[in-house]
Amino acid sequence: MNINLTLIGQSIAFAIFVWFCVKYVWPPITAAMEARQKKIADGLSAADRASLDLELAQEKATKELQKAKEEAAALIDQANKRAAQIVEASKEDARSEGEKLIEQARAEIQQERVQARDALRAEVATLAVAGAEKILETSVDAKAHSEMLNKLAAEL
Amino acid sequence: MAAGTPVEYIKHHLTNLTYGKLPEGYERADGSVVQEASWTFARTGQEAADMGFMAIHVDTMGWSIAMGLLFLGLFRFVANRVTEGAPGGLQNLVEMTFEFVQGIVRDVFHGKNPLIAPLALTVFVWILLMNILKLIPIDYIPSIASALGLGYFKIVPTTDPNGTFGISIGVFLLILFYSFKVKGVGGFTKELAFNPFNHWIMVPFNLLLEILALIIKPISLALRLFGNMYAGEVVFILIALLPLWVQWTLNVPWAIFHILVIPLQAFIFTVLTVVYLSAAHEDH
Repeated sequence: MNINLTLIGQSIAFAIFVWFCVKYVWPPITAAMEARQKKIADGLSAADRASLDLELAQEKATKELQKAKEEAAALIDQANKRAAQIVEASKEDARSEGEKLIEQARAEIQQERVQARDALRAEVATLAVAGAEKILETSVDAKAHSEMLNKLAAEL
Repeated sequence: MAAGTPVEYIKHHLTNLTYGKLPEGYERADGSVVQEASWTFARTGQEAADMGFMAIHVDTMGWSIAMGLLFLGLFRFVANRVTEGAPGGLQNLVEMTFEFVQGIVRDVFHGKNPLIAPLALTVFVWILLMNILKLIPIDYIPSIASALGLGYFKIVPTTDPNGTFGISIGVFLLILFYSFKVKGVGGFTKELAFNPFNHWIMVPFNLLLEILALIIKPISLALRLFGNMYAGEVVFILIALLPLWVQWTLNVPWAIFHILVIPLQAFIFTVLTVVYLSAAHEDH
């Protein structure tokens, strides 16, 4: 336990070690550590930003979806309305067509009745003349009596 | 065992390998007389003591420099390959040490000085490595040394007061340097003269008290480390004197206990160094 030159030697060694550490050991390692810390902090904030973005995107997507659904519903509604209109219109058409047809048929029937009645009327006049001829045994002058006969036929 | 009796064994283990200057006419252990003052290895503890100040403990210097180079080499190796990405095992270890030291400095040191943190790192790791040498069984290296012809060999530099005082004197010089630099010659003198009693009558008393307090710092720093390590060493030596079959029951627990003491002493030395330097930076 003698105090001697070792003391000074140790102090010198200590000074050299500290100098070396200050100059060549401390700066590169702390620089790397700080760079990594920054990197990690950046990464974390980027992740935060990304999750925020995701949230926004999801919200937007939900909104879009909602909008699309509404549009689709409106379209379907419109289509239904349109279809109902078309059905209604065609029903209307059909009805008017039918009525027209019925009208036409009625007119034809009327016409035919008139014709038939006319024919019958002509027939009746002839028959009446023939009958009268038979009753009178004489020929009736058709020309002379046609006016009377026509009157008769019109009364039928 | 290199020596016969227990006393010789203990003395042997507590003597450094000393290379020093023997004065003219000195009678050496083997009876020969030194003709001319000359540098030589001491052959006995008495010779080492008689060499006085002009001697150097080759083992202390060698091992402490080796440990310092190991520290700087390892850390420089990592610094050369340092990556900002995920660190590997060795870099992780180094970074943990860095963060530990940075934590100490952040908590204790309130000034701004880029020297303090690397200084604290050097002090911590260097002392830790030197202390760890103590866990090598005490007879291994001395036996190898004596086989190589070196009579004395003490491998733990922190069990040599020269080793610990060498560091604490370095710290003391830094304390003085920064005290003068930060506070100025006038400011520092004023701090010494007017604390703790701020009256001119008390100046001599204050000066005595403060200068004493200042000088005590490096002494306590060095003696605490030295005392702990030396005492531990002595106990290891005493255990080694016991019969072989009973040694492990004592030196295993003692070694496990030293796993705690070794980093603790390095830690205390580091923290106190930072505390003292922090006080040197505080301008009142």
